[in-house]
Amino acid sequence: MRCQRCTETAAVEIRRHHTAFCNAHFIEFFDRQVQRAIDDEHMFTRDDRVLVAVSGGKDSLALWDVLRRLAYPVTGLYINLGIGEYSEESYRKTAAYAEAHGAALLVADIPGEYGMSVEEFARATRRVSCSACGLSKRYLFNRVAVEHGFTVVATGHNLDDEAAVLFGNLLHWQVEYLARQSPVLPSTHPRLARKVKPLYRIAEREAAAYAIISGIDYIVEECPNSIGAKSLLYKEALNLLEQATPGTKQGLYWGFLERGRPLVEAQDTAVLRDCIHCGQPTTSEVCAFCRMTERAAERMRVRRAGAAAAVAQTSAPAETGAPLAVVPPVGE
Amino acid sequence: MKVLIRHQKREVDVRGRRRVREVLVELGVNPESVLVIREAQLLTHDTQLGDDDVIELRPVVSGGTA
Repeated sequence: MRCQRCTETAAVEIRRHHTAFCNAHFIEFFDRQVQRAIDDEHMFTRDDRVLVAVSGGKDSLALWDVLRRLAYPVTGLYINLGIGEYSEESYRKTAAYAEAHGAALLVADIPGEYGMSVEEFARATRRVSCSACGLSKRYLFNRVAVEHGFTVVATGHNLDDEAAVLFGNLLHWQVEYLARQSPVLPSTHPRLARKVKPLYRIAEREAAAYAIISGIDYIVEECPNSIGAKSLLYKEALNLLEQATPGTKQGLYWGFLERGRPLVEAQDTAVLRDCIHCGQPTTSEVCAFCRMTERAAERMRVRRAGAAAAVAQTSAPAETGAPLAVVPPVGE
Repeated sequence: MKVLIRHQKREVDVRGRRRVREVLVELGVNPESVLVIREAQLLTHDTQLGDDDVIELRPVVSGGTA
């Protein structure tokens, strides 16, 4: 198979576009798709300060890389979730990228700040791990962005991620979630950064291809907690359809954005106010993250108190109101 | 040829000349879910492979909730 732009051997076939590219022309294709996403959806300009959520995986490192090459002023944010060797390895990959490219990186440390990992949050509050993890990440992305003067938070969600979320929301007719699913979530509160997904036009396979062609060393192994996650099942189902009918995922998600979302967006009636504990935007008196961390700290306190009448080493609840400790280890 | 199936942490031998897509079908791998790499170069599904080739099937699907 030949590149459709030149005579070189093709490296990546993109069946939904009936095309194939060599390495160099694939990177051009990737850049065009990301630039178009940013421009068409008015995600940000070069005057915005953009915080890129980086996990050490292919999507977030590819996003960080492409935004840097497109000359956007971006800073990476890595969150240590405290998931053992997986977190250590993902941090090594992230820090190595930052160091090799002179890219600015901030690091937030959940166990360091809250005294326990996201897995312990999940166990203590009887949530599934992915739920505690997702809640923690969304909270910290926004909090770090606002406390450090970033107007935009960019995440590496790709077309497959968005199609799988949409598929799950449709299966359960989660109309409120459907109303909020968008490549851009505007700031609707003074302490809420705009959330953007510049890879929403890029398939997961293409994000991985970009990382490999660009020589980006990313963590290939999956988070151990994601085994059995519903999102993987939805992706598998969609990939079966995609294999038989190229363009299925794009048709589902882009079709939703064009024709489905206008029908449901009025259902998003959430009114935000300040969390009375941390001041972050929330729909209730105390935000979901503070509720989770406080419940987890309380359970740990009870467990430790019950263990013995020994020295009470109770874990302090999350400090409220004070800025989150964030370290710039490299590049700043 | 040697096929390293990265996500299953196993290596298999496949005998005889085949195209990439035929190898994937034989191993029951959905082509949408992997990239195929030979000597650090990505291969399209029509690429002809021989007995001396060593290829990696790199999973591209990641999960969980972001």
